[in-house]
Amino acid sequence: MTAAPGSDPRFDASSLAPVLATTSPFVPGPGAGVRVDDVSLTFRGTRTVTALEGISLDIAPREVVALIGPNGCGKSTLLRVLAGLIATDRGSVAIDGRPVTGPDPAVGLVFQEPRLLAWRTVEQNVRFPMELAGWSAAREEARASDLLGLVGLREFARAKPSTLSGGTRQRVSIARALALEPAALLLDEPFSALDALTRERFNAELLNLWQRTGTTIVLVTHSIPEAVFLADRVVVLSPRPGRVVAEVRVDLPRPRRLADLDTASVSSIGAEIRAHLVDTTDDAIALAETRAALAAAVAGGRPPVAREETAPGTPAWFDPFRPEDDR
Amino acid sequence: MTSRATSTATAAQEASASDPAGTSARRSSTRRAIGIGWPILASLAAFLLAWQAIVAIGGYPPFILPGPLTVAQRFVRAWGDGTMWPHFSTTLVEVLLGFAIGAALALVTGVMLARSRLAERLLSPYLVAAQATPVLALAPLIALWFGTGLPSKLVITTLIVFFPVAVATMVGLRSVDPRLLEMARSFRATSGQVIRRVEIPAALPAILGGMRVGITLAVIGAIIGEWAGGDQGLGVLINISRGSLFDIPLMFATLATLALLGVALYLVMVLIERRLVGDR
Repeated sequence: MTAAPGSDPRFDASSLAPVLATTSPFVPGPGAGVRVDDVSLTFRGTRTVTALEGISLDIAPREVVALIGPNGCGKSTLLRVLAGLIATDRGSVAIDGRPVTGPDPAVGLVFQEPRLLAWRTVEQNVRFPMELAGWSAAREEARASDLLGLVGLREFARAKPSTLSGGTRQRVSIARALALEPAALLLDEPFSALDALTRERFNAELLNLWQRTGTTIVLVTHSIPEAVFLADRVVVLSPRPGRVVAEVRVDLPRPRRLADLDTASVSSIGAEIRAHLVDTTDDAIALAETRAALAAAVAGGRPPVAREETAPGTPAWFDPFRPEDDR
Repeated sequence: MTSRATSTATAAQEASASDPAGTSARRSSTRRAIGIGWPILASLAAFLLAWQAIVAIGGYPPFILPGPLTVAQRFVRAWGDGTMWPHFSTTLVEVLLGFAIGAALALVTGVMLARSRLAERLLSPYLVAAQATPVLALAPLIALWFGTGLPSKLVITTLIVFFPVAVATMVGLRSVDPRLLEMARSFRATSGQVIRRVEIPAALPAILGGMRVGITLAVIGAIIGEWAGGDQGLGVLINISRGSLFDIPLMFATLATLALLGVALYLVMVLIERRLVGDR
């Protein structure tokens, strides 16, 4: 996986072209415009949590937008709202003018983990969305072959996910997200599990993919350099409840190269983003630590627990006394 | 055209050249089978020797404890003269049919239990109570209601198979990673598609584990049913050979048949399991 051409970690995206140029049925599409209008969302359970508050965004067709913000600020929640997986309390989301009321065929979603079906081969995983959509076998086969060519995984078509590296699995999941030719691709920290060098390479691949497929991209990330390298615009969210704090334009020319990451303009854009990330400045971190310690002392020595990710399912047994799930 | 012809020719050459390699692969797989097989054979030999030793040292008469050789002779004779077959086939049908019905019902129930907390609350007390009450104690009642034919055996077998498969299905489905379900939902999977294409395949190892337990219990269920009333089957044959025939070696031969049946069914389940979930 780390066998990048040469061993130069700053190798540029254009050198990936031979890998990606195996097929050319991908005519860049128009991409979808995404409009988020005053969206608010509150989770009511044992504890009421306001995740999003008054978020408005206007994303142009083919634009690449990165959502960045501190842990638990609702970035991933916002992405799920865009994907139609979570309904809003207030406000609306529209894709190409159509209001989003559920998962939309024009949207492809890539999760933080590959989420492949372990019992299926790579090809069968890529065909999964097409099967759900009721495509003919011939059409599925042709499309799957194109997609595997696009992500450079033709020779892995019959491999099981368990035999692949983490990065390769995530590539499969990107191919799967592109299966139904979405006009917008939403990615939830897609490369956060990869090591830094592999991650840079995947970012370059993603840009290449974007150029070839012409989708709009909305990406959630924790990494300022990643956001700057990929995006046309970086949207900075506040700590919970998530609000848009700033929108930073990234006016770097395209196609971008990994070597661009080390230029002065990138670091000045990065500094601007960091200034808006209120709790990542050194002062804010010190303040937050003091506050947490105080809160812990008040609560009787129990440090507050912040949970963002959903835990995988726990085995169940007959237990009529178990309380209802609060989702 | 010509290039294809040449490539076919080369392929044929390669095939003929690889033939000896094929035989050697077969030979090595035989060697592997022996490698797996010898501990089984060794333990079987040790068991038979110990059995023979107990008979010889204790000086037991054949109507108390026949030796392995006596039992083997009786086993061969019972199969040869057609004594065993009708009883064996009756029991086999009871086991297979009862298992199929029980497992199918349990699968549906397991899906319901996993889906709905209400269903779990309504049904689980009865399921647990039915499992906790010994089937042996229920068998006379079931024979009274359903007669001494196939139906009463199927009811008992179904009852005994049901619980482990239903619980395994429920636990298996509840343990499916919710992140996979969200993924399927993002591609607009219907709830039927989620069950068939994600939940059941993901829970298959657990479900098959329950079925492994179920198939061996099915044999017990069939024998209990036959004891409660019936005129054919391995359980009946055990009773006949002890009572009216007083042919204890035949009883041992029947027990051996039962044990072999259980082992064979279990192995079939393992093979099915390996085929379905082997290379995840």
